[in-house]
Amino acid sequence: MAGAVDLKDIFFVEADELLSALEEGLRAIQTGTQEADTVNAVFRAVHSIKGGAGAFDLKALVGFAHRFETVLDSLRSGRLLPEAALLGALLHASDHLADMISASRQGGSTDSELDERVILALEALSGGEGGAKEEEAFVFEPLALDGPFGMDLAAVPLVFGARKVSVSFRPHAGAFASGHDPALLLRDLCGIDEAEISLDQSALPEPGVFDPGQSYLGWVVTLQTERSDRDVMAVFDFIDGCCDLTLTGEASADPGLAPFAEPVAAPDLFAPPSLLPEARSQDPAQGAKPQNSASAATPAPSPLTQGATTTPRPTIRVDIDRVDRLVDILGELVIHQAMLTEAIEQSPGFGSVDVDRSLDQLRQLSRQIQESVMAIRAQPVKPLFDRMHRIVREASMAAGKSARLVTEGEATEVDKTIIERLADPLTHMIRNSIDHGLEKAGRRDELGKPTEGVVKLSAAHRSGRIVITVQDDGAGIDRDKVRQIAVEKGLVSATAELSPQEIDALLFLPGFSTATEVSALSGRGVGMDVVRSEIAGLGGRVGIASVRGQGTTLTISLPLTLAVLDGMVFEAAGQTLVLPVSHIIETLRPEAAMRHNLGLKDSVLDVRGRCLPLIDVGTALGFRRSLKPGEGEIVVVVERGDDGAIALMVDGIRDQRQVVIKGLEANYGQIPGIAAATVLGDGSVALILDPTDLAAAGSLPARPHISLAAE
Amino acid sequence: MSLRILAVDDSLTMREMLRQTLTEAGFDVVLAEDGIDALQQLPDVAPDLILTDLNMPKMDGFGLIDAVRKGDVSPRVPILVLTTESAATLKERARSSGATGWITKPFDEQSLVSTIRRVAAV
Repeated sequence: MAGAVDLKDIFFVEADELLSALEEGLRAIQTGTQEADTVNAVFRAVHSIKGGAGAFDLKALVGFAHRFETVLDSLRSGRLLPEAALLGALLHASDHLADMISASRQGGSTDSELDERVILALEALSGGEGGAKEEEAFVFEPLALDGPFGMDLAAVPLVFGARKVSVSFRPHAGAFASGHDPALLLRDLCGIDEAEISLDQSALPEPGVFDPGQSYLGWVVTLQTERSDRDVMAVFDFIDGCCDLTLTGEASADPGLAPFAEPVAAPDLFAPPSLLPEARSQDPAQGAKPQNSASAATPAPSPLTQGATTTPRPTIRVDIDRVDRLVDILGELVIHQAMLTEAIEQSPGFGSVDVDRSLDQLRQLSRQIQESVMAIRAQPVKPLFDRMHRIVREASMAAGKSARLVTEGEATEVDKTIIERLADPLTHMIRNSIDHGLEKAGRRDELGKPTEGVVKLSAAHRSGRIVITVQDDGAGIDRDKVRQIAVEKGLVSATAELSPQEIDALLFLPGFSTATEVSALSGRGVGMDVVRSEIAGLGGRVGIASVRGQGTTLTISLPLTLAVLDGMVFEAAGQTLVLPVSHIIETLRPEAAMRHNLGLKDSVLDVRGRCLPLIDVGTALGFRRSLKPGEGEIVVVVERGDDGAIALMVDGIRDQRQVVIKGLEANYGQIPGIAAATVLGDGSVALILDPTDLAAAGSLPARPHISLAAE
Repeated sequence: MSLRILAVDDSLTMREMLRQTLTEAGFDVVLAEDGIDALQQLPDVAPDLILTDLNMPKMDGFGLIDAVRKGDVSPRVPILVLTTESAATLKERARSSGATGWITKPFDEQSLVSTIRRVAAV
């Protein structure tokens, strides 16, 4: 089928949503925060996955989902109680279902023995009587389409051979109410073979007692056919039970036809139809009129349609590539708008108030468009946070600890790309919290802490950035141990005096790992330094804070978008460069007395008693060897990572504006100190600095904030 | 004039599949996500046939059938149930609520189309 590939993609996207709904629902039941419909929603999620998987013939998935669904059905009907053990098994099954779907997505499958173990463990808790037995009975047959609705066709004998078959057919009033159209049935019957139709209107009453809601007509169709009685009767499959039906013919002496020879009264549950189109029941041979012509003339909405006002606002799904294209074009628009502004401002005739005002409006509009487009890309962090529940479950199980995840600010919206790239660092941070942060249950009991450890994940918008924290209520950082390890690994000198914050910051150094024994979880050779560089790659920073005995808090601060940033344009060594405004703390013109030399090459700037590493941007980036008089007289103090700051010497500040970020990594790889590039209004390219990385690029030691603090 | 079908299913995959299959077969297709959505669209769409799933949030297939049959808009439109369920009790319940026919998922495209043609005509 054309487009089948697309449909499968849709299925997997939908399956992901269903899996989240499933897991979220199960968690709600576990924590007792479920709503009336939660169990149903959980059931439906698995049911829909089963349906979709069936459509793509993913048999293992269908089988698993079906047995899973059976257990959920027992839960739904109240036969099973949502006890802790059962919910644990349900969550495990839901995790496994996610694995199965993800395997199918890659064209593979999970280990069928594992599938079986997981579902059997669940079924064992559900009383077990469902399970395998029902599964045998449950087979998807793609061709078993119009399986008998009311009629047991198998009971009709297969009689072949040319003969005359006569069908007497009289619909009940209820047949019309159920949407049946005798004309279509007669048409189908005639389609089988040559047929003769006669109208039986013997039941028509006197006009005085005629009830338009009743059915008075019948038909007798005589077929000359070689087809079996079963084929003939199949036409009436759906309407059976809503009509009197008799089949007689040469073979009708067969007692097997008895069910049809005796008219079966259909349960007439329907109120007499008030708008029955008379013409149809009286003259089917002329074909049916549009069924709803009569009712369409009375378009009064039913009370039901009026009552449903709680429907969520309509949404559309858009391919992310389209939005990205829009972002790209928008970037060009911003650049050209800047170029246009510059060209007009420099043209001889400039000075008209109208032009000025229009340019201003254009600027405002393009900013508004930008914000709107960014809002399209923005997504709540909820799905990301939801995925972390599983991480907590698995990590705590592997570490032999008891932990639960609490989330906050799930509705906070962030650029989609950032959300996607946050999954790995966040996973690692949470594993770390459980592996290294939380104490074992026994130890917690001794300390008088709740046996179950809590990892709190929260998100919030703060001054144009998004702040995500991972907080545990564990032991906190053992600073003596951290320091000892850092000294052993040669990361700091044994004599260095470090503040508690600086010791905490050691955790982010490459090559640092506190795990004395490599654990299955966080000891995968990935340290917090990787987390830090991943976050830095997103233009973000990671901070750490810890209180001994009370826990550790990791804080990530990120820009809201990766496409544009507010930048300060400045000059250094004849180059035009850009600094992200979000990093800038202050700009000053320092006096000579504020500067202190540190050894031969390095110097610090004393800003109100705080000594900051002083770096000349031009030298650090290799644009010049040393400063000449009149150069580097302006200092920009920028934040870097954790809570340090550095002072950057620049030659002059041009202006502050929004710039479009153009990545360099694809063409040039990672350049220390450079985050990206942008195109300025005059068409020239300017590099965007990454201040967190700048010191490393220059002549200063890689960790100036540590060596300097020892001063 | 082509037959107009209101297809109701809470699964996006299923809706998309129905849209493709039914459009290819030459039908006009309007999609709804659940019973409530279908009822709201019913007056505007005036379908020649409703194809509905059973298991749906907000209002399920039984609720939809019941509401259509007891409502003022197209009360006698043919309604086909399209579901993964195959239990006889559910079929009987659907039939007594006023369903016109029953199709079991996953469906075969040709049979789906021919079943639709069996019960509906423009």
